[in-house]
Amino acid sequence: MTDLPRPITEEGPHEVSGPKPFAPDEAFRPPRNQWWDVWDQFRTHKGALAGSFVFVFIILFVGVGPWIWQVDPGFIDIRARNQGPSWAHPLGTDQLGRDMLARMMFGGRISVAVGLTAMFLGLLIGTLVGVLAGYFRRVDGLLMRTTDLFLALPLLPLLLVMVLLFREMLSQRLGEAAGVFLLIVVAIGITSWMQTARIVRGDVLALKEREYVLAARSIGTPPRRVVTRHILPNVLSPIMVSATLGIASAIITESALSFLGLGFPPDFPTWGRLLFDGRDWIEQYPARVIWPGLFISLTVLSVNFIGDGLRDALDPRIRGR
Amino acid sequence: MADAGGIGRTPLLEVRGLKMHFPITSGLLRRQIGAVKAVDDVSFDVFPRETLGMVGESGCGKSTCGRAVLRLYDITAGTIRLDGVEIGQIPQPRLRKLRPKMQMVFQDPQASLNPRMTVAGIIGEPLDEHAGWGRRQKLDRIYELMDAVGLNRNFVNRYPHEFSGGQRQRIGIARALALNPAFIVCDEPIAALDVSIQAQVVNLLEELQQRFGLTYLFISHDLSMVRHIATRVAVMYLGKIVEIAPRERLYADPKHPYTQALLSAVPEPDPAAERRVERIILKGDVPSPANPPKGCNFCTRCPQVMEICREIDPPTQEVAPGQFVACHLYGEPRRTTAEATAA
Repeated sequence: MTDLPRPITEEGPHEVSGPKPFAPDEAFRPPRNQWWDVWDQFRTHKGALAGSFVFVFIILFVGVGPWIWQVDPGFIDIRARNQGPSWAHPLGTDQLGRDMLARMMFGGRISVAVGLTAMFLGLLIGTLVGVLAGYFRRVDGLLMRTTDLFLALPLLPLLLVMVLLFREMLSQRLGEAAGVFLLIVVAIGITSWMQTARIVRGDVLALKEREYVLAARSIGTPPRRVVTRHILPNVLSPIMVSATLGIASAIITESALSFLGLGFPPDFPTWGRLLFDGRDWIEQYPARVIWPGLFISLTVLSVNFIGDGLRDALDPRIRGR
Repeated sequence: MADAGGIGRTPLLEVRGLKMHFPITSGLLRRQIGAVKAVDDVSFDVFPRETLGMVGESGCGKSTCGRAVLRLYDITAGTIRLDGVEIGQIPQPRLRKLRPKMQMVFQDPQASLNPRMTVAGIIGEPLDEHAGWGRRQKLDRIYELMDAVGLNRNFVNRYPHEFSGGQRQRIGIARALALNPAFIVCDEPIAALDVSIQAQVVNLLEELQQRFGLTYLFISHDLSMVRHIATRVAVMYLGKIVEIAPRERLYADPKHPYTQALLSAVPEPDPAAERRVERIILKGDVPSPANPPKGCNFCTRCPQVMEICREIDPPTQEVAPGQFVACHLYGEPRRTTAEATAA
């Protein structure tokens, strides 16, 4: 077997004797930014595209809407209460005669901002803890026991204590709205990262035994770049799923907090509060519950679809199918 | 085993008394209750521009040995000198500067390439880490490497899952070559490929060796392939090297009973010759590396086992020029002293 035949396969040119002049054919493309491939694939995902449109619409609705529909959401016109849709009030008015459209826009600002920020915060903490615990064995026990501790904490009493302790201080320092916003985002963020941390840790544990991580180490890639280059891109899928679920639960937790009187003050409209305010009138005026409910659902659904599309687009094995 | 077949040459890689033990822990407090002696007191040299084949059955510690030599593990004991520099005990951050000299080709080309990186990214990773080049220069080098391993330049944007096994292994080889290493550990680079592709990859490795003056530690369980590519061959059994010899000598005149048994198991393509082959069938299983037998590691299965084998671990001796064997059969003078101590 000393003289092995060298079969000709479809693997292309086999001569390896010296560099030869290179003539690019029409199929040749120089390396391009991978994000273009991601975008190309993302565009083919219809759900993700529709989700993006809806999400952009919602962002515009709550972001630009109040500049166009310049009605004070707190203005009480008691004579015009409980009205149906009209040109003066396209979504009607509530039991105190406040304009529902303006309240939806302002409420959406807070709800979307809280949802996105709290989700990012939770994701950041969860991913950081998960990657550190999975990759560095020394801190694994400590971090995962901390995660267990947080999972075992009863959330509502914890939030209650946090609000009682810090609300006054933060309101004085940063003003009422900013203080409460920060408090709620932090409160939701630090109580929602545990699932992500566990999922990420599990994936990292499996990934770090893969040969390409070993190959990176044999090249001399330091651990922090092994994590950013090889580990993180490969745990993106579960992170993405947690993110899309997290934004929904953050919006809902915020509304629950507002309902309990622990969140934003009662005159601050948020989607959650509108939902709970409308609950008492659900039989007479169902639209008052349907609108905020619809917007919460649309936000969550569109983010879910975007996340789904992104996850597919970011995985080269699925790309191009 | 200081100088095997390479008289007057200084070895590129000198391994002395290499031990790689993995601790076994148990109980609540994770106390160490034993160790898997994956590599246990191994010494060998690899000379510049040669290929040292390393063979043995699965689980005998070949791969661990290759990885330990590259310091992918923190070794338990021993010294490793690469090109005169001691790398056995230096900490990983300092080792980083020396990594370009030694690279590795992995067994499973599917698993050793990150599925989310393009070919350019994979081959360029060592350059990113060590060369600090600009984009243009890096790309030129990537193209050069792709030419060297016979990959079409059009593939530069593709992802590993779009390639066949042989092509993937070429990507792995190109990555290993990127930094102009002197020494490459090939850890069963052909085990996951089918036979026709095996030949291609092995021929490619040989051509690259000629062209770039590479030195290989070629780990394989395929004796025919090792015979094809290696200049010298080391045979491992249960974490130890039992015999190391130049290729022709080892295949023509194996001394150690384990080597004899291993070689007798190689299939013979000629049916007439096949019938004449006397196979040595070993009885029993390989003992656990966590609990190796007393004396010679092979004593539980050796067809020519003697009393002394169960008592004393045989030392490695040169039985012919360049042929080193660790077996009591060839250690006549030592036998008497051993018997004296046993008595």
